[in-house]
Amino acid sequence: MKHIAIGVLGAAALGLMASVASANTLDDVKAKGFIQCGVNTGLAGFAAPDDKGEWKGLDVDFCRAVAAAVFGDGSKVKFTPLTAKERFTALQSGEIDLLSRNTTWTINRDTALGLNFAGVTYYDGQGFMINAKKLPGVNSALQLSGAAVCVQAGTTTELNLADYFKANKMEYNPVVFEKLAEVNAAYDSGRCDVYTTDQSGLYGIRLTLKSPDDHVVLPEIISKEPLGPAVRQGDDQWFHIVRWTYYALLDAEELGVTQANVDEMKNSPNPKIKRMLGGETDTKIGTDLGLTNDWAVNIIKAVGNYGEIFDRNVGAGSPLKISRGLNALWTKGGLQYGMPIR
Amino acid sequence: MQEHDLTFVRAEMVIAQAPPRGERGLGSWLRRNLFASVGDTVLTIIGLLIVAYLLPPFIEWALVNAQWTGPDRSVCATVAQGGVQPDGWSGACWAFVQAKFGQFMFGRYPIDQRWRPILVAILFVALIVPMAMPRVPRKGLNAILLFLIFPVVAFFLLVGGVFGLPHVETPRWGGLLVTLALSYVGIVVSLPLGIIFALGRRSKMPVIKTACVVFIETVRGVPLVTVLFMASVMLPLFLPEGVTFDKFLRALIGVSLFAAAYMAEVVRGGLQAIPKGQYEGADSLGLGYWQKMILIILPQALKLVIPGIVNTFIGMFKDTSLVYIISMFDLLGVVRQNFSDATWASPQTPISGLVFAALIFWIFCFGMSRYSMFMERRLDTGRR
Repeated sequence: MKHIAIGVLGAAALGLMASVASANTLDDVKAKGFIQCGVNTGLAGFAAPDDKGEWKGLDVDFCRAVAAAVFGDGSKVKFTPLTAKERFTALQSGEIDLLSRNTTWTINRDTALGLNFAGVTYYDGQGFMINAKKLPGVNSALQLSGAAVCVQAGTTTELNLADYFKANKMEYNPVVFEKLAEVNAAYDSGRCDVYTTDQSGLYGIRLTLKSPDDHVVLPEIISKEPLGPAVRQGDDQWFHIVRWTYYALLDAEELGVTQANVDEMKNSPNPKIKRMLGGETDTKIGTDLGLTNDWAVNIIKAVGNYGEIFDRNVGAGSPLKISRGLNALWTKGGLQYGMPIR
Repeated sequence: MQEHDLTFVRAEMVIAQAPPRGERGLGSWLRRNLFASVGDTVLTIIGLLIVAYLLPPFIEWALVNAQWTGPDRSVCATVAQGGVQPDGWSGACWAFVQAKFGQFMFGRYPIDQRWRPILVAILFVALIVPMAMPRVPRKGLNAILLFLIFPVVAFFLLVGGVFGLPHVETPRWGGLLVTLALSYVGIVVSLPLGIIFALGRRSKMPVIKTACVVFIETVRGVPLVTVLFMASVMLPLFLPEGVTFDKFLRALIGVSLFAAAYMAEVVRGGLQAIPKGQYEGADSLGLGYWQKMILIILPQALKLVIPGIVNTFIGMFKDTSLVYIISMFDLLGVVRQNFSDATWASPQTPISGLVFAALIFWIFCFGMSRYSMFMERRLDTGRR
């Protein structure tokens, strides 16, 4: 009797330790049957609920892409909306498996915060927008000394702003808000002269201004904001799955594989396409990742290639109409460069 | 007997006559209520001017120029803003509210499962209406159904996972559903808990008294926002990796404990207002502590503090919006979250959504307020 009790206790302790110490996110994710993905609480084009309450956006689609790679089904993902302050805790504590929340890749986050960034899904940069009617004659951010600047709290935006004004020996009054919608309202009602955030954000905000034509975006880009998905450190397999999902999206666009033609592309004579889509005999690309060999097919069937995701959520096919710019493929003068899948 | 020789004896009552012309009708009412003195007249005119200044633009915005239906932002934006309306147009974007109405009510609760919150709402109304009408009998049975059976039924209906109902996780809940669920639990938990803390604080037993004072003062001394924020950002770091604690539960506990602490102080005010003679009278009848409290003191004390209790309820109802801090989306949170949907982003979208949210909050708060006034009049037996 005593032995049985000890055995049960021991097994329970082992089980507990296993669940605590488990560093294998892929197994955990497969066991629970879905990916828990942290997204923005609401940012136009990146993560926002549509009329049916489903999440839509570039960051959201990336979560779906990873879900498709793991499960072959892009809908096996649950979204946790996170504020800027909550996001890292949520990832560190294991509340989410993947953070895809327009998060800037910085050395501090990569090292001190214990994150691993899997790639850059959107190259952004911080800009300034002013009301040209209220501030006539201002055509450079260097003329903004003494201005009241609207900015969101807890973001790299806030830090960049301080750096820029300090470096140029200018004064400014920060007007800080927790939520983007509040910053918008404050700017549109004239509580501050200048609005600063990532340029992608400025496009979304112009949609909500009373007279968009009065507002100009100043030419200065004061920061590099590479936004990308992040995972916890210490689980290389999961990190590789997220990273290669991103590269598969880019390579698919480069090779012309789209959501519509992915099935016929499986028979393509192009060896690169064949290799990516798992059509080679004895291929081990997918299984080496810990997935099935049709992982890339599943991704593209679920969400399309990178170009399609971009176009649908923030590009020409969306109300935001952001041009590809830095986010064009390397073959078209941009920075998006997918590593070879072979 | 000598007959009196009276010239006139009135055999019946005089028929009541209408008041003089100058004392009846609209003119008289206006004179007495609005233009009784020079000061009244000035205030009336100022008031009318304010109404005349504010009301027509609002009606024009909210009704005349408003857009009731539409597929996307284009109906709510001027040509310069990328829409179809003429320049200078300004009107409410009710099309946005219409398109998002389901979300405002239920959050991201799965569409094919939304009959469940609707059924809970119907059950709730079916129980609360007879409870609120003093004429309807069987209050005891009704109270048991409303405060004991209903929460259990509602819990299983909303959460699911049993009886073949699919499980719906609380992060998918939102909108008015979250607002009402938090408020209902807050109200049902905080009143009895508040009474117990109030009694404890006036207790003569030092341990109980100290515990109650410490709880009340600690909870009242910390902002609710801070506690929710700690619960959401710090708590996960202390728990082992992978162990999570439902956010909705965190919010429920936070809101309930807060309301209970405030409620305790309101009830204590009522207890202190009861004359000592009532306590002594109860003692002299040989009643024990609980009999004394339940039969003599509390019915009087609670009646006195109805305005304070309802004030706390209304405050808590509106405080539920603070759960946006922990990324839960109550009615206001869902409305604001949808401002970021690029399909609907326009200058009129936020204000339309906020006006809608304000209207819903106002309906509930006004309802509670009127009902409390009705109960006050009805229970005001001692001073009538």
